[in-house]
Amino acid sequence: MTMRKGLSEEVLHAYVDGGLSSDERGAVEAHLALHPETAARARAWASQNEALHRLFDPVLTEPHSFKVGGARRASNAPFFWRNVAGLAATLVAGVAIGFFAHDYWMPDGTAPRASIARQALLAHAAYVPEVRHPVEVTAREEQHLLAWLSKRLDAPLKAPSLVQSGYQLLGGRLLPASGGSTASDQASPVALLMYENAQGKRLSLVVRREVPNNDTAFRFAQEGRNAVFYWVDGPFGYALVGDVGKDELATLARLVYQQLNP
Amino acid sequence: MAPTGFTVEQLQAQIPRLRRYARALTGSREAADDLVQDALERAWTKRTLWRPDSNLRAWLFAVMHNVFVNGVKRARPMASLDALNEEGSIEPVAGNASAETDAILRDMRVALAQLPVEQRQVVLLVGLEQLTYAEAAEVLEVPIGTVMSRLSRGRDRLRQILDEGAGGPGLRRVK
Repeated sequence: MTMRKGLSEEVLHAYVDGGLSSDERGAVEAHLALHPETAARARAWASQNEALHRLFDPVLTEPHSFKVGGARRASNAPFFWRNVAGLAATLVAGVAIGFFAHDYWMPDGTAPRASIARQALLAHAAYVPEVRHPVEVTAREEQHLLAWLSKRLDAPLKAPSLVQSGYQLLGGRLLPASGGSTASDQASPVALLMYENAQGKRLSLVVRREVPNNDTAFRFAQEGRNAVFYWVDGPFGYALVGDVGKDELATLARLVYQQLNP
Repeated sequence: MAPTGFTVEQLQAQIPRLRRYARALTGSREAADDLVQDALERAWTKRTLWRPDSNLRAWLFAVMHNVFVNGVKRARPMASLDALNEEGSIEPVAGNASAETDAILRDMRVALAQLPVEQRQVVLLVGLEQLTYAEAAEVLEVPIGTVMSRLSRGRDRLRQILDEGAGGPGLRRVK
């Protein structure tokens, strides 16, 4: 693709919206390097998209009670619980919300240990299908990403490298506060780092503050196609989730654990 | 035996995205959820009109767009700027964002409310919902050239409002 003086608006939008091939992107970037005003315009547009996602993505995982046509007919009554594994990822997210909401509002002092796993499954199911905006901050700005998440988590966060297993860091995002039920961790934020391999398969590493305890055992859970390993280590709880086999996920989780405990 | 069309499960799976768009479009949880509920009912009634080889999500957005445009049942205006300003917080991310991010997002929310609805729709369908330009054109029943020009005008207008500081004291002027 050749671009002389003019860069059509359509191409500039497509650049911002992730609709170009890598060759085309390269050509646009070469053009932008020479045209700072156009570059500023593109940056402004891109940051609008980011702000929109930050503002409204949390709506995706809000519990809801819409009545969907036919849902109340007797013949359709058990639809929600039938073949959960086979349903679309977003629907699985809907089911997970049910579990998660239960954890979230536990009235007694102890937040159930399993809730980070559920939170991870929920977030993974919600964000993995996002083709162009799975993350708020991309790995291209890794330093900024980690500084930002560390600040929000109030403890230094590292991004383990999974390159040796074929997964590149894609970026990260902040999730709505975890529902700790004690006042102290009421608004504890949750960080999500997403990784992707060459086949486009994605993993999410969910990290949040946990009350430190002596139980550092790896635990495993499965929901539908997604499997999750989760554990507590120091001030953080971790959950690694993905649509991969248990053995592969265990290897990846060990890789994460080792890097966080050199 | 169900008629042709989609299943309840398929419809259910699209709810989070319909809801995200509706929330951004209307600026209010109540209005958005009313819109989604109406759209779901209409979509289910009309489900035999959906072609199984086409994109269900885009079709549902189109149904919701028609419900929105017709405003058949409830005509609720976009949440007023005053209300947004008094709200002072960004509901979906409360407790989650730093003060700086809060300010950026509040500005964005206010700027969005100032955008003409035709531009807001395109900016949201493309920038938030990641529809292709062709899908957005189909949803809004306008030519793709119109989508592109609304997108340019909408994004540049947003940029202008944000550069001027949408959340600042100057906000009162624009009501």
